[in-house]
Amino acid sequence: MGHQLAYLTLVLYAASCALYVRVLYAPQARHGWLPTLLLGAAIVCQYFALLERSHWIHSIPYDDLYGSMSLFAWLLAVTYLGLELFHRNRSVGAFVTLLLTIWTTALRIAVPEAPPPPPVANGPLFAFHVTLNTWAYSAFALSFVLSLIYLVQDWVLRSRKLSVTFWRFPALDVLDRMSQSSVYIGLLALISGASFGLVWRHRLSGSYSWGDPKVIVTLAILIVYAAYLALSRIPAWRGPRAAVLCATNFLIVLFSYTFVNLYLTRFHRFI
Amino acid sequence: MTTTFNSAYAGTQRIRVALIGCNHRTAPVSIRERVSFSAEQAAHAADELCSRGILEEAVVLSTCNRSEVYGVSAAGPDPVSEMENFFVRFHGLSSVDLNSSLYRQTGTEVIRHLFRVAAGLDSMLLGEAEILGQLRGAYSRALEHGATGPVLNKAFQGALEVGKRVRAETEVGARPMSVALAGVRLAEQVFGDLRGHSALIVGAGTVAEQAVEHLRNRGIGSLRVANRSLDRAQQLARRFGAEPLAWESVDRVLGQPDIIVSSVSAPGPVLTRESLERAISGRHGRPMFVIDLGVPRNVAPEAAGLYNLYLYNVDDLGEIVEQNRKAREAEIPRAEAIVEEQIRKFESWRVALESSSIADDLRTRFHSERDALLREKLGTMSGVSPEERARIAEITQDLIDRVLEDPTKRLRHGGGMRGRLGAIEAIRHLFGLDESAHTRKGSKD
Repeated sequence: MGHQLAYLTLVLYAASCALYVRVLYAPQARHGWLPTLLLGAAIVCQYFALLERSHWIHSIPYDDLYGSMSLFAWLLAVTYLGLELFHRNRSVGAFVTLLLTIWTTALRIAVPEAPPPPPVANGPLFAFHVTLNTWAYSAFALSFVLSLIYLVQDWVLRSRKLSVTFWRFPALDVLDRMSQSSVYIGLLALISGASFGLVWRHRLSGSYSWGDPKVIVTLAILIVYAAYLALSRIPAWRGPRAAVLCATNFLIVLFSYTFVNLYLTRFHRFI
Repeated sequence: MTTTFNSAYAGTQRIRVALIGCNHRTAPVSIRERVSFSAEQAAHAADELCSRGILEEAVVLSTCNRSEVYGVSAAGPDPVSEMENFFVRFHGLSSVDLNSSLYRQTGTEVIRHLFRVAAGLDSMLLGEAEILGQLRGAYSRALEHGATGPVLNKAFQGALEVGKRVRAETEVGARPMSVALAGVRLAEQVFGDLRGHSALIVGAGTVAEQAVEHLRNRGIGSLRVANRSLDRAQQLARRFGAEPLAWESVDRVLGQPDIIVSSVSAPGPVLTRESLERAISGRHGRPMFVIDLGVPRNVAPEAAGLYNLYLYNVDDLGEIVEQNRKAREAEIPRAEAIVEEQIRKFESWRVALESSSIADDLRTRFHSERDALLREKLGTMSGVSPEERARIAEITQDLIDRVLEDPTKRLRHGGGMRGRLGAIEAIRHLFGLDESAHTRKGSKD
């Protein structure tokens, strides 16, 4: 059943992506809400796939790379859907769902689904810590995508090389606001997630492990994204420079999510 | 209009759709202005065409680029020549005046023409949206006057659907085709919804006026107009609900608007890099979009390098319009495919109705032949009782019903559209149904 749900999720993401592309080229087309509906269906489907996996391993599925990546994709989709509904703009959907489709396909192909690790009774605090941090990373990933689109749009506007899709993309102002919303979500999730983690760690060992590389990099992420939000209000930074900063910040997130997790930390290593 | 096809065209079988008219391709403006219809004239002409019995249904479409009469005739002589006579007489012209300017079409070509008009494929400005509103207006007026019937209702409703689909599913009408609109649409790509934004128009000429109109249409929040002649600025501002501004105040307020449109005749730049740099520094990082429609250029080109300032001049916009024109043309095949798809739907509907109608007529024809035969033969047979006569009539009626049962089913539901059309034509020809319908109509008249 888990496999069927995972494949169904993939199909729904792909179908949603195809319809978002259609909306990009023909925004007035009938049933323009259909890609959003399919994305919602994919989210529900993936939720049940994750739920099934969590029943199987008796924990939220983040203990291995496959589970963690699936959870990341699901949270990315949820965050995007929230932003789309809040900002009432579908034109970024094609890119986000393409990313989700590739991500989910890679998960099915590249990551062999090994038997899940034995459950570790880390408790709800730890579960909140990991889930919220994963959510933060997915929100930052979304802001990265939005900033890249912003920079491409800005370049197109300045170079006057207007393509077919240019007229279908959201306005720079909308991209800017969506990106900032995404960073707000990411920061809130990261602050909450990190706090849960620190409390959990303190209860476990009586210390906060400030020296752990993951904690240091997480603090760095908090600072650079807070700086982005602050600088994006300053005249000299507002606009393309802030978008560059936001896109660059994501490199630290990637570094934290991959290299730090895999090689530098004892407490945050994937099994 | 609630009349059904069968009640409207019972006993007539062949539905002839016809069109006569001229447009910007076939007639110069000197002709077009002489054959245009006002809204009242259009309704009156459609009424008259129907009341005189020239047509069963009529719609008159008249815009600045075309004057067309769409009609449906069920019997009688060629409707096109009668429509042409009416068209010429209505405008007090002679056939010679219009002969080379008029196009005359019948059948599927009329539907194709109507659908292409609705799609904007026959417009002077490819894909323009205005025609769809004009077509809807012409149809509504004819509908209100009772000049339409099932065929034109179906055709015009189909045309409106084609118009909507082509604009929704293709890029034929999507991109701006004037420099002023292209500039305004580009500003939307920076600011999104223009409702909360402000604009300053420098100049009060024709191009500036177009920009003001587009900005107003797109809901710009606040609008100021500055011109060397304050009078002209006031006139333009009054027309569009904008605020007039003295020329000397332009520099002082330059930092306030999000969009600046400049279109004045001046030997050198009206807005220098320095003045725009000062303006942008007071905007707290909010971007500014400057549209320079002046020749010579009104805005110093070096200003394009300023951070968060987007500058487009008339050449940039002209290039965009040219790109858009090519992009619209590239979409023609997709739009034509939608037109063809809708034509197939219309034809399928028409064939279904004609099949139904001809089957009824064939049955009526057989019954009248049977009645005549029975009268002729039974009249001379004195030994047949009334009961036997009734029995013979019943049997012959059953025979006709039985013989026609399968062909009727096949006509109504069987085979492809082409096969059914062929069958309809063959039946008309073999049984002389057109002639009999003609005779009946003539005798009714």
